[in-house]
Amino acid sequence: MPDNSLRKEFVKGLWAENPVSRQLLGMCSTLAVTNAVVNGLAMGLAVAFVLILSSLFVSLIRKIIPNQVRIASYIVIIASFVTIADRFMAAYFPPLSKALGPYVPLIVVNCIILGRAEAFASRNSAGRSLIDALGMSLGYTIALVILSAIRELLGSGTLLGRPVLGAWFEPWVIMLLPPGAFLTLGILIAAAFAIERKARRRRSA
Amino acid sequence: MNLVLLFVSAVLINNFVLHYFLGICPFLGVSKKVDAALSMGVAVTFVLALTAVVTWPINHWLLIPYGMPYLQIVSFILVIASLVQLVEMFVRKTSPPLYQAMGIYLPLITVNCAIMGLALLASLKEYGFAETVVFGVGAGIGFTLAIVLMAAIRERLELADVPWPLRGAPIALIVAGIMALAFLGFSGMIK
Repeated sequence: MPDNSLRKEFVKGLWAENPVSRQLLGMCSTLAVTNAVVNGLAMGLAVAFVLILSSLFVSLIRKIIPNQVRIASYIVIIASFVTIADRFMAAYFPPLSKALGPYVPLIVVNCIILGRAEAFASRNSAGRSLIDALGMSLGYTIALVILSAIRELLGSGTLLGRPVLGAWFEPWVIMLLPPGAFLTLGILIAAAFAIERKARRRRSA
Repeated sequence: MNLVLLFVSAVLINNFVLHYFLGICPFLGVSKKVDAALSMGVAVTFVLALTAVVTWPINHWLLIPYGMPYLQIVSFILVIASLVQLVEMFVRKTSPPLYQAMGIYLPLITVNCAIMGLALLASLKEYGFAETVVFGVGAGIGFTLAIVLMAAIRERLELADVPWPLRGAPIALIVAGIMALAFLGFSGMIK
């Protein structure tokens, strides 16, 4: 059943092997840019672009890369796509590029991308690697959007820059500062653990 | 005086881990035992200082004069990767005990965002050479401080009765959040 297994390759990135809540990869950008939904979404899309294209590339040329220099070649491939994403953002969305600061170039050392290149794309066909990268980047983007929605809502009372909570709401500024990022992510991961354990218990019962 | 201020601010106020979120992977991964955390911190500080010394000339004498700042990402990552390799080979040849102590952490440092982050931040803030080196050393000491404190707290936490969903990474993140809150108190020092 090739169709079924392809779907499994896609879905695993969303929950069972979600890069943020399960594998705890890419923490730097996850924590740093999620003070507003726009930033979280932009980061998610930038990572998706780099992850999908570099997975595809690595898997296409996996047979001609000598084993000893594979990590170095992956890094060069990833760095090229990161440069494209960074320059594109700086050219078309300058305020966004300024808000994300060094964190777009830092995608190059994001462990999700090198991790997928080494653990998946270097061993699987181009099609499967593409599906895997799509699932992983969707899972990453969703996690970033949820985290940034909570922080923006509580930290400034807005969503996507529009006021949602009324004038009565006193914004919790701490949610926009670094401590808010650590606390929210900790609680979110704990919630994901708890949901998973309940679901497993129900399945076995 | 400015350099002293920059140093203090890199260690305490703009702490790499608790303010810039750089180097979170080792901060969470290698912070279960204090001595391992200390070795990691020393290794990172050493590589950060070297990176500052090496990337500044590349950026200011090569990339900027020849109008190629868009090659920053590729050249920095390659320089850092080869630097870490060289340091590893050098330490293995000259000091086996030191290699035993920090050897396994060295390869991990290549993909540590703190190193790349230092090169990028120094370029973004347009620091001069001396400022970049001071910033690098300060950032390394700040990282060491944060990871050793974290390891000390986690050693105590082993004995605590943590609610089950919070065990492992979540409680570590919450501890980091509380530490970040405490470090916010330092921001009044410099204004």
